[in-house]
Amino acid sequence: MNYLTSLMLLPLLGAILVSTLPKNKSNYAKWVALLTSISVALLGLLIALRFEIDRPGFQFVENYSWIPSFGINYSLGIDGIALVLILMSVILVPIVIVAGWHESEGGRWGSKSFYVLILILETMMIGVFAATDVFLFYVFFEAMLIPVYFLIGGYGVGERAAAAVKFLLYSLFGGLLMLAAIIGIYVISGHQGGHTFDIEKLSQLTIDSTTQNFLFLGFFIAFAIKAPLWPLHTWLPDAAKSATPGTSVLLLGVLDKVGTFGMIRYCIKLFPESSKTFTPVIIVLALISILYGAFLAIGQKDIKGLIAFTSISHFGFITMGIFAMTTQGHSGATLYMVNHGFSTAALFLIAGWISARRGSSTIADFGGLQRVTPVLAWTFFIAGLSSLALPGLSSFVSEFLVLVGTYTRYPVAAVIGTLGIVLAALYILIPVQKALHGPITPGNENLPDITRRERIAIAPVIAVIIFLGFYPKPLLDVINPASVATLTAAGFSDPVPATGGK
Amino acid sequence: MNSANYLYLSAMLFTIGAVGVVIRRNAIVVFMCIELMLNAANLAFVTFARINGTLDGQVIAFFTMVVAACEVVVGLAIIVTIFRSRRSTSVDDASLLKR
Amino acid sequence: MTSNNLVYLIALPLFSSGFLMILGRRADKWGHIFATLISASAFGIGAFEFLQMLARPSESRALTQKLFSWISVGTFQVDASLLLDQLSISFVLLITGVGTLIHIYSIAYMSHDMDRRRFFAFLNFFIAAMLLLVLGDSYLNLYVGWEGVGLASYLLIGFWNQKPEYATAAKKAFVANRVGDVGLSLAIMIAFATFGTVSFSGVEEKVSGASTAALTGIGLMLLLAATGKSAQFPLQSWLGDAMAGPTPVSALIHAATMVTAGVYLITRSNFIFDNAPTAQLCVVIIGAITLMFGALIGTAKDDIKKALAASTMSQIGYMILATGLGPVGYAFAIMHLLTHGFFKAGMFLGAGSVMHGMDDEVNMRKYGGLGKFMPITAITFGLGYLAIIGVPPFAGFYSKDKIIETAFNAEGIKGLFIGGAALLGALVTAFYMTRVIILTFTGTKRWDEKAHPHESPFLMWGPMAILAIGSVASGFLLSSGNRFVSWLAPVVNSHEADHAEHVERFQPVVVTSMALVAVVIGVAIAIVKYRSEVPRVAPTNVRFFTKIARRDLLQDDFNEAVLMRPGQALTKFLVATDEKAIDGAVRTVGAAVIGSSKGIRKTQTGFVRSYALLILLGAFALLATIWVVTL
Repeated sequence: MNYLTSLMLLPLLGAILVSTLPKNKSNYAKWVALLTSISVALLGLLIALRFEIDRPGFQFVENYSWIPSFGINYSLGIDGIALVLILMSVILVPIVIVAGWHESEGGRWGSKSFYVLILILETMMIGVFAATDVFLFYVFFEAMLIPVYFLIGGYGVGERAAAAVKFLLYSLFGGLLMLAAIIGIYVISGHQGGHTFDIEKLSQLTIDSTTQNFLFLGFFIAFAIKAPLWPLHTWLPDAAKSATPGTSVLLLGVLDKVGTFGMIRYCIKLFPESSKTFTPVIIVLALISILYGAFLAIGQKDIKGLIAFTSISHFGFITMGIFAMTTQGHSGATLYMVNHGFSTAALFLIAGWISARRGSSTIADFGGLQRVTPVLAWTFFIAGLSSLALPGLSSFVSEFLVLVGTYTRYPVAAVIGTLGIVLAALYILIPVQKALHGPITPGNENLPDITRRERIAIAPVIAVIIFLGFYPKPLLDVINPASVATLTAAGFSDPVPATGGK
Repeated sequence: MNSANYLYLSAMLFTIGAVGVVIRRNAIVVFMCIELMLNAANLAFVTFARINGTLDGQVIAFFTMVVAACEVVVGLAIIVTIFRSRRSTSVDDASLLKR
Repeated sequence: MTSNNLVYLIALPLFSSGFLMILGRRADKWGHIFATLISASAFGIGAFEFLQMLARPSESRALTQKLFSWISVGTFQVDASLLLDQLSISFVLLITGVGTLIHIYSIAYMSHDMDRRRFFAFLNFFIAAMLLLVLGDSYLNLYVGWEGVGLASYLLIGFWNQKPEYATAAKKAFVANRVGDVGLSLAIMIAFATFGTVSFSGVEEKVSGASTAALTGIGLMLLLAATGKSAQFPLQSWLGDAMAGPTPVSALIHAATMVTAGVYLITRSNFIFDNAPTAQLCVVIIGAITLMFGALIGTAKDDIKKALAASTMSQIGYMILATGLGPVGYAFAIMHLLTHGFFKAGMFLGAGSVMHGMDDEVNMRKYGGLGKFMPITAITFGLGYLAIIGVPPFAGFYSKDKIIETAFNAEGIKGLFIGGAALLGALVTAFYMTRVIILTFTGTKRWDEKAHPHESPFLMWGPMAILAIGSVASGFLLSSGNRFVSWLAPVVNSHEADHAEHVERFQPVVVTSMALVAVVIGVAIAIVKYRSEVPRVAPTNVRFFTKIARRDLLQDDFNEAVLMRPGQALTKFLVATDEKAIDGAVRTVGAAVIGSSKGIRKTQTGFVRSYALLILLGAFALLATIWVVTL
């Protein structure tokens, strides 16, 4: 059975089903979309259960010839890193649909198109993580932009059209650089044993260092735009402010992870030498992202902008962990991607609900919410604590692994990065104080507390955040072999403790 | 008779057509001038076919005639439509696409 | 030895706290009783384990319990596992014992608060986190508890966070603690990079193979962590503001237990500090500075809780100082920590009792003569007072006297300095505590006619009485026959010190008499100064020193000027940079594209004939190019 193809086709089928619904039945669109996404999630869990932890290399491999004259294959396969990211994506989609039950109604087009777009996006998200053919990856990488463009531009708020265009242009720019690099490596593969786009074969190539550096940069810039690394980040806050909360969750929670995922899967795997060459620069950029994102988050007046900038800070941590080239750094960074997905999802969804109730997303318009809407306030607080990496909640494990992994190789970077945890306390506690504490702001006295639907949406996210904080082992067990494999293939090994421990 | 003379004639016809397109305002006349240029090209093709003793040029000439015929159909239809709505056949008046 | 029961110590209060939070208003009626019973049962488990431990021989007293593998990546292996040894059990008993008493006290103290259930949920959460802190068997497990108590402290300081200044105080405490946490994080990282493990036993095993530089680094970072959590210089400024929380919280968290976590951390890491003399010296210096700092602030505070907070800071300074004195000091530090837990918690509860009777008035200038109206409070408070200033045979005498003595006997000129500081601190302590007593319980009444001071109910004075008994007896019980020192010896390796050359510069009796003289002087100055009428409003024409002592020796002004304002300016600058420079650059590219397309658009005139001419010219240009190229 072709698990991965089925996983990708299922949401696509759902999308077709939704689009063929007659006009007078369009309120069924939500339900069809929800049921589809839940079954995708269940299938994803089934795949996770059948995943063999100890088997090296890609699993669930599928390989069909697609365009033989160029050596392009439709080939899929997942390792531990891809598996956890796919799992996170398929779990987030139904949550987003439940959480934003009425999100689709204020859009430029009907709610049917909203769910068609979401489901198509889900297919693309799975494909981009599962592809093992570089060309196929590129196709998904670029095709993903289209549904997001329409989701932001069609259903967002404020200057949604401008934000959507900015997002699209930024991403396309990176994508084209990557395309050039892909063509470059394809041409090189032609000189060494035949044209191919297969990732495993491409990683065997010997490329001279100048060419390798240019190709690396082509990939890296594309990924650095996706996982916004300073100074290529300015599209993110605009997009996050304009998009609906659900779209923002998918955008920051899943799409941006393609960038950091790509750094591991493509940059390091294909160009280990260049990765080594550029590491100092990238670590510095990551550090700037950590601190810059944190400072900017402190200075934000808009709650969505704040969450966007905290994500830039978190992506700095992830990038730093990846380029520390230690198993702790890699596993930590991968775990961080998952944890960030969930904690940002919680923050965005709750911020979205609060803003919808008040009709404003400016932090100053809130105050004393803990006494008006206690449950919403507490869930926001817990999500915030996860974002500031409080031990016992999920982000702590990953953030600490990243820092430890970085310290063993780049102590100074780790020390500077650790300062980020003080800033993290500030950027979470300042809005918490302004919005949740203090006297109740006039006009907010009668805001309704969390509804049952919202409870259903947020409860699993909070549960995951707490569970992974105490017991990250199931994920780490899946991630570790993949991290080790990536690093070993790229020729890195962990530094040995000074006292010669085991 | 020297084949080159046909080429001179073709060149002259083409020039007349080109100048006509540039300086005349009446859409019908511009249209006729374009036809003139096409046929000048046809003449050149046929001549070259004769000079080289191959049939390629003649085949191309047939293609050109077919294209020209299509073009006449579409072009005249456009001109007639514009005339109906604007009561004018001056090409300078039909600059709506500028904005 | 392994045990299966340790986890319940933490799990019970943790479960109870989550349970009460999730049930919400449904648990309002019985939540406080439930939480108190849970805390009492944790104390029961602790006492049971303690008795069992007593029955075992000294070297096999430690218990461990491995729960599960928490983080495992490559060589970074951290288990969630617990360790109960002589050091932890002392804390467990203190935390659950004092904690339970304070639970009981709070039932009455918080009885008028709508959110009493939430308060008890937080208290239980604190107990769980603090127990994890002292039971964790690795630095990373400790770290979880370490931040957990920080969170509990944040929640409880900001319990009445509808008042903006209380919410700010809570945030300030958390952020200051986070600065300390950076130290702990870095210490763990260095430890992992050096030893390849972060468990206490693993590090201790390999400590001899490590370089002094690495050990000093770890030591200094641990010290930074301790300064944050234990309100030591230079991260002390949050403690005074933390008094915004309900008084039982101040007693439990900000006097008896959480703020002493730094002392625990340093004692627990004795194997590191003993091999890093520089770090140890820094510990001593920080302790000495803070004990003077806190004592001086204490002399100028009119807010009874803030005066007590300053005193806490100063007393923890003593403990930190003692931990810096090497193997001989650890036991005395922990002993002072335990006795301090009794008398300071008792005094805080006493202060709460006074506030309870005085409509939450905290200004001592508006008290006066309260001893007549609340005799039990006055007596229990008075016993705590005698203990803290170190009058024999009360608890503080035994523990503080030992610290001063050890300080004097530290090698070299260092001993004279720190011993002198400790002695001076004792004098100032006697002064400001006497001031508190005089202003509050004696003299003429200075309160408004509205106030009706009355004794607190039994639920409140009962715990105070028990703590008062502790303040009287605990010092003698712990120190008689060197009992506590030999109890802790296996943990802190103090037997090694016995073999070392020990210079007795001062005989114990000399130090004790000097300390007593200092106390008498301090008390006498206070009596002379505050014997006469005390003005109800604090006089403003005071000496410069008093002015800055009232402002906490300018610590907040310093932080604001050096950290907060530049930080805010930097934030503003960066926000502007992001909008104008970085996003500006992006928009400039966009504007350039739009601008050039506007320019090029002009060639599209819409005139067919001009297009035709362009085509013609283009064709000519093409032909010309071909002609030139082929020529």
